[in-house]
Amino acid sequence: MGETSINFAKASSAALQDQQLRGNFRRAMDGLMSKRAVQFADTAEWNGVRTLGASVRLRALSKLPELLEKLEANCTKNGIQVHWASTIDEANAIVLSIMQRVNAKLVVKGKSMVSEEMHLNAFLEKHGIESLESDLGEYIVQLDEAMPSHIIMPAIHMNTKQIAHLFKQKIKEAEYTEDVAQLTDLARRVLRKKFATADVGISGVNMAVAETGTLCLVENEGNGRMSTTVPPVHIAVMGLEKVVEKLEDVPPVISLLTRSATAQPITTYVNMISSPRKEGEKDGPNEIHLVILDNGRSGIYADEELRNTLRCIRCGACMNHCPVYTKVGGHAYQAPYPGPIGSILMPQVEGLEKRGELPHACTMCNACVEICPVKIPIVEIMGRLRSEAVHPGDAVRGAGSHASKAEAMVWKGWSMTYASPLAYQFATALLAKLGNAAPTSLPLLKEWTNVRAKPRFANRTLHALAREKGIPDV
Amino acid sequence: MSESRNAILGKLRAGRDAHPLTPPESDFAVLRNKRWDGAERLERIKRMMEAVHTEFLETTEADWPADVQAFLKAQGTRNLLFGPATEAGGRLSAEWAEGGPELIPYADRVETFKERLFDGIDAGITTTLGAIADTGSLIVWPTPEEPRLMSLVPHMHLALLRADALYDTFWQAMTENRWADGMPTNALLISGPSKTADIEQTLAYGVHGPKRLVVVIIR
Repeated sequence: MGETSINFAKASSAALQDQQLRGNFRRAMDGLMSKRAVQFADTAEWNGVRTLGASVRLRALSKLPELLEKLEANCTKNGIQVHWASTIDEANAIVLSIMQRVNAKLVVKGKSMVSEEMHLNAFLEKHGIESLESDLGEYIVQLDEAMPSHIIMPAIHMNTKQIAHLFKQKIKEAEYTEDVAQLTDLARRVLRKKFATADVGISGVNMAVAETGTLCLVENEGNGRMSTTVPPVHIAVMGLEKVVEKLEDVPPVISLLTRSATAQPITTYVNMISSPRKEGEKDGPNEIHLVILDNGRSGIYADEELRNTLRCIRCGACMNHCPVYTKVGGHAYQAPYPGPIGSILMPQVEGLEKRGELPHACTMCNACVEICPVKIPIVEIMGRLRSEAVHPGDAVRGAGSHASKAEAMVWKGWSMTYASPLAYQFATALLAKLGNAAPTSLPLLKEWTNVRAKPRFANRTLHALAREKGIPDV
Repeated sequence: MSESRNAILGKLRAGRDAHPLTPPESDFAVLRNKRWDGAERLERIKRMMEAVHTEFLETTEADWPADVQAFLKAQGTRNLLFGPATEAGGRLSAEWAEGGPELIPYADRVETFKERLFDGIDAGITTTLGAIADTGSLIVWPTPEEPRLMSLVPHMHLALLRADALYDTFWQAMTENRWADGMPTNALLISGPSKTADIEQTLAYGVHGPKRLVVVIIR
């Protein structure tokens, strides 16, 4: 990943040509949307739990530095070792140093979006450590040498046939089958051996509780529990915004998270970890490390409006409801976090030079805002980032990097025309007379007519028609 | 290390102090108001857990060890992992009749026992602290006597649930029992056998954890 700009327009055009991909996403998103709607059919309950969830996240953000210190103190008291990383390089180095100290050769991973943000697998492979994803979706994506296309369902872009071929090709003992139960069982057999022999388990964190020093993980498969219980060392990586103040803050957030993400009242497992193996206990890791990652988050936090990005509980519902994401799929974003939340988070984390296009991958239809379980004003932030990209400011890295003199002049002319009745009258009269004669190849106009029909101008302006009806120009 | 810590915390503090945030009050009424009466609770738990392939075995305080044995025998289960030092474990070993399945105690540290645990165990049995009506979830707190992997690695997990140990919500269970005063090494909610929908949204059961969850209701 260089610091060059990521070309979303090009990637999304290519994705739009892929009928198979579009079908896969359309079917999956339709199913997820209708199932989620059933979970929140009781509007009063939805409003109540959503308001509560948003208040929990806002309260956590209002005390963020104090809560992180409290989390650190309580984790330390419980025997969990806490590490801080300003950058992904630093986080990777911390993970590697733990691995090297215990001479780790094989790592099993639960599921962690922060580790995707860190490109941890590639980093560990480079240092001769096998890093194996164990969440079935992540495992499929890893076998395919691809990136997750969704934060909750990493392999949602593939259908059963494609996965069947992949398994046949990549897993030694695989027979070709399109039976989902058999494919799942095959992955179970392969990965059980790995859980039993792994030196280190890595997980993410859905929520960390400051009050008790507890790490909460939700999952359905059991790989999260395996990764955090079987290997002798457990490393959890989390973004610094994932802390909540009190243990009682956990139930409402979990309820919103699982219902929004996969339309389940709860996941199969809610795994709450508060300490490594204690004296007399027979299993569980002897060491737990918590790596708290900043990677631009403290910068986001400094801005009153952008700060709301950090409320996110990573449920993925905004993706499921986004017309743009559904059409182009997750890979077009070329980011660990795609969809609406990715479009506001990635430009803030990696800078507008590289990610300035993403806030434009939005029709501002507000679907994501309507269903966001913690009420993030995603569309407002989208607009804010669009303007940051062309107006040099100091809130976001790379602000002003997409500024163009021509665009600025057009807007200036536009606002002057609209501010002066005389100029407005002159301009509309001119367009009524000459607008249709303008060739489609004119600069600026070409951008529009490339993919759209040229607008036809009426030969009488609205003002002229109104005057005839006796309505005076005011 | 501590340099990054101080830099991060310093930056967060400066950012927050420049623009303090007043959060709205957290009103837990929406959770407090979720109530079911006694009989409804168990019905709801059964309905919700059965919807995700959980099986139920109804029994009594007097008969449960024999009923569990008969059930496992009928399933063709070869062996059952149990915690010999718990009260329930004591009853199992005292009342287990000849003729299988074999009772296997989880008596040593996992390091000496890993291979057998992963390759040779059909079923594991644990106690629970109760269940939650709102979501259909068992509350399981592993202990030195009943280690964490008992409810995870065997292909079948049997969970003993007392029919009167029921809560309306997760929030009620944790606040009434003051969990925040002292959390165990690991606290779990378990709401069914392990499952995934990662292959084209098609549900499949038994991915990494147990393929079957059998709740033994003791009245």
